[in-house]
Amino acid sequence: MTRDSDDPPARRRFLVQGAAAAAALVGGRARADEAAPPAIPDWMKTPGADVGSQTYGTPSRFEADVIRNVPKGLKQYTSASSRTPLQDLDGILTPNGLFYERHHGGIPDIDPARHRLMIHGLVEAPLILTMDDIRRFPSESHIYFLECSGNPGFEAIKGKTASDLVGLVSCAEWTGVRLATVLREAGLKPEAQWVVAEGADAAALTRSIPIDKCLDDALLVYSQNGERLRPQQGYPLRVLLPGFEGNMNVKWLRRLNVTAQPAYSREETSKYTDSMPDGTARQFTFVMEAKSIITRPSGTQRIAPGFHEITGIAWSGRGRIRGVQVTTDAGRTWQEAALQEPVLTRALTRFRLPWTWNGQPTTLMSRAIDETGYVQPSFSDLTAVRGLKSFYHNNATIPWRIAGSGEVSNGYA
Amino acid sequence: MAMRNARALAAASLLLALAGAARAAERYGLGRPATDAEIAAWDIDIDRDGRKLPPGSGSVAQGRTVFEAQCAACHGARGEGGVGDPLVGGQGSLASAKPLKTVGSFWPYAPTLFDYIRRAMPMNAPESLSADEVYAVSAYILNLNGLVPDEAVLDARALAAVRMPNRDGFVPDPRPDVR
Repeated sequence: MTRDSDDPPARRRFLVQGAAAAAALVGGRARADEAAPPAIPDWMKTPGADVGSQTYGTPSRFEADVIRNVPKGLKQYTSASSRTPLQDLDGILTPNGLFYERHHGGIPDIDPARHRLMIHGLVEAPLILTMDDIRRFPSESHIYFLECSGNPGFEAIKGKTASDLVGLVSCAEWTGVRLATVLREAGLKPEAQWVVAEGADAAALTRSIPIDKCLDDALLVYSQNGERLRPQQGYPLRVLLPGFEGNMNVKWLRRLNVTAQPAYSREETSKYTDSMPDGTARQFTFVMEAKSIITRPSGTQRIAPGFHEITGIAWSGRGRIRGVQVTTDAGRTWQEAALQEPVLTRALTRFRLPWTWNGQPTTLMSRAIDETGYVQPSFSDLTAVRGLKSFYHNNATIPWRIAGSGEVSNGYA
Repeated sequence: MAMRNARALAAASLLLALAGAARAAERYGLGRPATDAEIAAWDIDIDRDGRKLPPGSGSVAQGRTVFEAQCAACHGARGEGGVGDPLVGGQGSLASAKPLKTVGSFWPYAPTLFDYIRRAMPMNAPESLSADEVYAVSAYILNLNGLVPDEAVLDARALAAVRMPNRDGFVPDPRPDVR
């Protein structure tokens, strides 16, 4: 679940800026004084790498530890997930290579020239579309978050980093065609109420989408952050349902079956339903409710007394983030954080709050409020209603404990 | 003058409205028709009532053979779970402190078992089992859960007739539920 805790990268352990920290950052590679004044750095004394030496650019080798958070020791990795390293990222857009993953039958290797989308069921004219066909429809681009519904679960919230806790959320600019456009091309019959989407993966994963969502803001997406979808995110075509739980955003989309009733597939009966204390399970729990997390300072980092900008991300499946409040005294008082523009509906929103740490142990926490007035709940308020067995849709506030040493750790652990 | 402008504006608005309506109904003429045979070949969705279950049948005994060859390595010799989810047991546990969610205790509709096994199992070779094999292994899993007798033979009609214990255990989403 976590990175090797006995060997945390230097850049995580020290957020302290200054000459001593800079020396620590480059320790083992070069002596710090060879680049600091009055010395002239080596990299200025000879030409750098040629133009085009990387035909698809990759991050600096000094960023090699900013990678997906892949859980260790799982029984299998065909149906599993990996997390976005939220604590290492800035802004609101997730780089495509760091976007979280959740697959149910592995990642298929699809040739887009041979891929087909079939639309059938309660339509006037069943259709087969190629990727070339789909890209000829009028397109749109929007920035939306995507979040796994189990992010995190309700029990054993023992992760160390922000990524361990809620790394199953990412955000991108998506480009594609309105699902409504494609459904109208086939012509919906009056009794059409649901659309069952199927992936072309080895799980042939199916989820049922209510027709209102299909005709509202749902997209059939072929590009992410300006380039074609990555295989991990559904190449060459996926469903994108703004604000709805990740599993419904079917990847590798190959079939849309328009129906009067939901499919009641395995993924919407035995999985992705929320068990309540009375033994019932909530079904069709689509929307991801408002949530936030402080990503800096956050777990496994170490801070020094003095100034820090607290920053993090907030999001809501119901619309825009109206505000984020931050406590630096374990919930006794709350301050309004500044929201970084753009503040977009159903997208990650970056918040910031200046803070001077006095060196005393404390707990930091953020809570999001969305445009409907909904306030992100505490874990105790949430579990008082839902118990501990619902697994999905835990959107409780995340406390970070600050020790006198400056060590930041999970307030749940 | 003002009157003429107003009339012109009204006419222009009407034209715009008509254009909008035309656009809403517009088809782009992209793609090609899907034939009934093509749809039949790809559409493997089985609804909860099992109306689209295919021809074929399988017995509990046949299912045991299929299960031991194809399923037991991950789900355990008698469906108790392993690398894969537990499939058996847990009836009566859902309201307890340790709910065990299995086919027998949690799944609301028996036809979904056919749908899921056919599309996704076994994990290393999905869509490799024949319809008879899927009926058989469904029968065996239901039998392990005490939901069909040892001598049961399931086909479309018989599978759809199996009433699952947790059929009525699902409720709609009441959120926002925490204030």
